[in-house]
Amino acid sequence: MQPPSWPVRIALLAGALGLALFPLVAAPFYLQLVAKIMILAVFAMSLDLLVGYTGLVSLGHAAFFGIGAYTLMLLSPEYQAANFWLSLLAAVAVSAAAALVIGALVLRTSGVYFIMVTLAFGQMLFYYATGSKRLGGSDGAYIYVKPDAGILGWTPVDLGSRVQFYYLALAAMLATYLLLRVVLRSLFGHAIRGIRANAHRMRALGFPVFRYRLAAFVLAGALAGGAGYLSAAQYGYVSPDLFGWQQSGSVLMMVILGGMGTLFGPILGAFVLVLLQDFLGDLTKHWLLPMGLFIILAVLLLPQGLGGLVRMPRRAAAEPEPEAADG
Amino acid sequence: MAEPVLRVRALAKQFGGLAAVAGVSLALRPGEVQAVIGPNGAGKTTLINMLSGDLRPSAGRVELDGRDITGFAPERIARLGVGRSYQKTNIFGDFTAFENCRLAAQARHAPARLLLHPALRHAALNEAAERALATVGLAARGDAIAATLSHGEQRQLEIAMTLATAPRVLLLDEPLAGMGAEESQRMVDLIRRLAETHAVLLVEHDMDAVFSLAAILTVMVNGRVLASGAPADIRDNPAVQEAYLGTAEAAA
Repeated sequence: MQPPSWPVRIALLAGALGLALFPLVAAPFYLQLVAKIMILAVFAMSLDLLVGYTGLVSLGHAAFFGIGAYTLMLLSPEYQAANFWLSLLAAVAVSAAAALVIGALVLRTSGVYFIMVTLAFGQMLFYYATGSKRLGGSDGAYIYVKPDAGILGWTPVDLGSRVQFYYLALAAMLATYLLLRVVLRSLFGHAIRGIRANAHRMRALGFPVFRYRLAAFVLAGALAGGAGYLSAAQYGYVSPDLFGWQQSGSVLMMVILGGMGTLFGPILGAFVLVLLQDFLGDLTKHWLLPMGLFIILAVLLLPQGLGGLVRMPRRAAAEPEPEAADG
Repeated sequence: MAEPVLRVRALAKQFGGLAAVAGVSLALRPGEVQAVIGPNGAGKTTLINMLSGDLRPSAGRVELDGRDITGFAPERIARLGVGRSYQKTNIFGDFTAFENCRLAAQARHAPARLLLHPALRHAALNEAAERALATVGLAARGDAIAATLSHGEQRQLEIAMTLATAPRVLLLDEPLAGMGAEESQRMVDLIRRLAETHAVLLVEHDMDAVFSLAAILTVMVNGRVLASGAPADIRDNPAVQEAYLGTAEAAA
């Protein structure tokens, strides 16, 4: 039930500040890379809501990432810009609706079966996108013109500008973090943590566990859809891989590596995983090997993830004292 | 006499070929303590599980205030005012004792501003949690992580959580299990106090406690009711003595 400790808060603030200043010094390539990472961080935080807080290990979370991305593609006229606000809203709404339907089905299972069924749904969408002409088939499809965020002649953000897109991604990441913090300290947030800890007892107390899980699933799906939308907007390209199990697996890896149930951990996980991939990819084409070793070592040595490194000192220090009130 | 708040009619549970509970009936009135006793495997916990919705009865009826609640989901039965505690302590070990009760109180809370209201700033829930902790004598232990409490304290917390859901009917499954003499005495006093405001159905092995607390005893053997009545009648019942009390004394 702990809110982030002071060292974590300071680190987060410093991190946000650093990211805000980064465009002043960064080369365009890295600007684009970090924007991509921040979008993946939104995706990873949305999965942490399920894995780390509700106790639902989904291996099909990319389904909603892909749905958000493809929604933008479908809403983009061929040679014109889609309206950013409307298409973003639509992408989030469609992802949420899909999560409601898929969640209502998959949440009837639990444990390993839940993992398998979520995986199956993701793969179903993957194969659907692969086979569908309308969706561009296995080659994917391009979004030739970036969405236009103009409101009545005023354009708060130009998605075509690398720097402005970077700030959009940063804002999305910070907004997602703050939104989930509010949700997690709410009555709902405490209830889902109770469900993760002991679903049986929660039912005996009178909580409609299924509905709580479904609500978390929908919220996570909606956020993942928003992340998928931004990803499609960044690259102007969608492909069936967005739905695939590799994508679901890699975001799950970000959550586990960063530390599930911490919210800031998945951000860290997204940065470490993507930067490492980039760094190792430059060194050798066999980068998957050192990458795999790193992940195995990290999981073995840091059972709480990278986020656990920041939290551990506080745990020891807080032991003799009663729990601090939520701030 | 007051109308029964909980009425059980010919309730039965069949597990394959085994009749775990067969044709059990009872009527529990407000302010009354009833106890179900019987040797291990008599079907006592199965009976409670059917009343709380953890198990779906194979036959028979459960009525709450005259309303048929047979086969309702556990969360629905809990929200209708039937709280239960577990034989094997079933708490949120990683949470504080206070949070265990606060969460329990939240179960009956109408979900207004569910996503936005900070859980720890909900005065009514905090009060309900404090009250539940105070009632069972854990007021000073609210900040302790539940898993670090002593066994006796965890049993108290188990009851406090049930109380925090503001039930009218309490189903207590062996509340004295594994407790020392002094802790047991405190728990007996607590149950007596709770009986002033709740209807209590108790499953318990501790004969002294049962005979001092309950107005009506139901003795179960092999899933069936062997006898039911006032403690004195049960004590003098030869069939009960043979089937249960005799063996209990022999074992003691």
